[in-house]
Amino acid sequence: MSTIGLTLADWLIIITYFAFILGLGYYLKRFTKNQEDFFMAGRKNSSWVAGLAFLSANLGALELMGMAGNTYKYGMYVAHFYWVGAIPAMLFLAIYMMPFYYSSRVHSVPGYLKWRFDEKTRVLNAIAFAIMTLLVSGINLYAMALVLHTFLGWNWHVCMWASAATVAIYVSMSGLLSAIFTEIVQFFLIWFGLFLITLLGIVEIGSVREIFARVPQSFSTLWSTSMDASQNGMNITWAGVVLGLGFVLSFGYWTTDFLVVQRAFSAKDMRSARMTPVIASFFKMAVPFLVIIPGLVALILASDPKSGFSLLQDAGHPNYDSTLPLLIARYYPSGLAGLGITALLAGFMAGQAGNVSAFNTVWTYDIYRSIINKNASDESLLWMGRVTTIIGIFLSVGTAYWAKSAPSIMDYMQAIFSWVNAPLFATMLLGMFVWWITPSGAFWGLISGMGSSFALFLAVKFNWLNAQILTLSSPASDMATNFWRAWWAWLICFAVTVLVSFHTKRKPKEELTGLVWGMTDVEKFDSLPWVKRPEFFAVISVIIFIALNIYFW
Amino acid sequence: MKPIWYFVGLLLVIMGSIIVLAGVYTVINPPPEQKVLAYLHPDLWWGAVMIIGGLAFLLANRKKTVE
Repeated sequence: MSTIGLTLADWLIIITYFAFILGLGYYLKRFTKNQEDFFMAGRKNSSWVAGLAFLSANLGALELMGMAGNTYKYGMYVAHFYWVGAIPAMLFLAIYMMPFYYSSRVHSVPGYLKWRFDEKTRVLNAIAFAIMTLLVSGINLYAMALVLHTFLGWNWHVCMWASAATVAIYVSMSGLLSAIFTEIVQFFLIWFGLFLITLLGIVEIGSVREIFARVPQSFSTLWSTSMDASQNGMNITWAGVVLGLGFVLSFGYWTTDFLVVQRAFSAKDMRSARMTPVIASFFKMAVPFLVIIPGLVALILASDPKSGFSLLQDAGHPNYDSTLPLLIARYYPSGLAGLGITALLAGFMAGQAGNVSAFNTVWTYDIYRSIINKNASDESLLWMGRVTTIIGIFLSVGTAYWAKSAPSIMDYMQAIFSWVNAPLFATMLLGMFVWWITPSGAFWGLISGMGSSFALFLAVKFNWLNAQILTLSSPASDMATNFWRAWWAWLICFAVTVLVSFHTKRKPKEELTGLVWGMTDVEKFDSLPWVKRPEFFAVISVIIFIALNIYFW
Repeated sequence: MKPIWYFVGLLLVIMGSIIVLAGVYTVINPPPEQKVLAYLHPDLWWGAVMIIGGLAFLLANRKKTVE
């Protein structure tokens, strides 16, 4: 295709964004005086700041482009990622898990594992998380360069190094605080930059009702075609959606992935920390209006030869990820095109900053201070955080070059989460709610869960195992295989943890105060009117969630 | 420090202004190849929405500071 030509106005928008976030990083540096400021943003954020950052850490450009493309491919089923695949888990984190996380005053999720279990479980999870974070960060960087190269004709190396250097500068200056600030800026840029596509798409097709009338019926429903895997585009049954995505992958990601949970840790008090995921849940439910409508509009346009719209082709196959950029090229005039590109750039860079800020925290607290320098001073930890940011960025760039030479590693993104997060969710669930789970049970459960998830991935990839055995249905799409593999890994971790705990030494109950349900005084907020309590807002969120699922049934 | 909402407002006003100015320029000098739905002038009204939203954030937070 011919690339999207940028005008002076587009360039001004892009340059304004870069200058703005670098200036913001410099401004915030003066408020970053110690390690608590650098790694936890001083624990002073309001629930709105932490909540929008919590959502934005997950709202990367790769996800937006991928989900718009997936809508073109699978239809409304993609909304499961935003509704059943997110909302129950976010609310569970807010109401049931945050009291333990926040009251224990840990700096990271592996830090909680140390207090609840032991050092070896913490280090195992810290290493797995650090590797996962660097891989995801590098793949994100490569994806950004790929988009900019394909649609704008920009040089690969300049794209990767310029964005990596920008992120390195502002995160090393003020750590999590600058990462959170840029995530909030990204949130607004994404909505202002991409929501107009939805509006113009509706205008071009005629109405929302017309859009749903012109796509195949299986593309416009959420659940009514889920009894039979062959009746929906994703080739998955309701059980796969609920168990794999809605339970294991979703809870594994939203309740244990330190990248998102770290934002809630930065809240100023317990109520703000619990409100963080609740506030994020409302905006999460709105994201389908950014990706689903454009995906369906693209599908309708592509099936109408008079529209002149078609997706890019890669070796004869449609490039679904080209959906959003091609709609930007179709609708956005000078200036707005710059805003659309900046929204994607902001999404990529904020995603990278989020990964790096989570990586520097886990490295500094859970590997450096835990193994290398147990008596590290405050200054030493702050210095290590800044150095680790730079090193993390270099390692991400290395991973990006690796992805460039072997693009198939992009396919492993979804799989990576099921290797690390799915088993960890079983460990955290048992650890927080069952007091007699032992350190050895947690450690061997995690090893078994991670190992089995990886082994199942290899077995399906190299045809040692038929994917239909894993998914209990035929046919079995890649997406269904991912969901079901996560479920089995969770189940194996859960079973091994319980079995080993029966036969190994338990921690004394007095060491579990503040860490386990039933042994922790959870703040009730009795002095607050009920309309200000997290539970009240969580109930409203649940009502909207149920209404959306029924409406699009 | 100034709250993040102040900076969000500042950025929206700057970017919205650039987009509106680009829209005005496009009205005066239409490009040879028009975008789909260009007759709606989305740059003019969307840029204006950004400026109004940005000004609301700026004004609401111009005197505020947070810890």
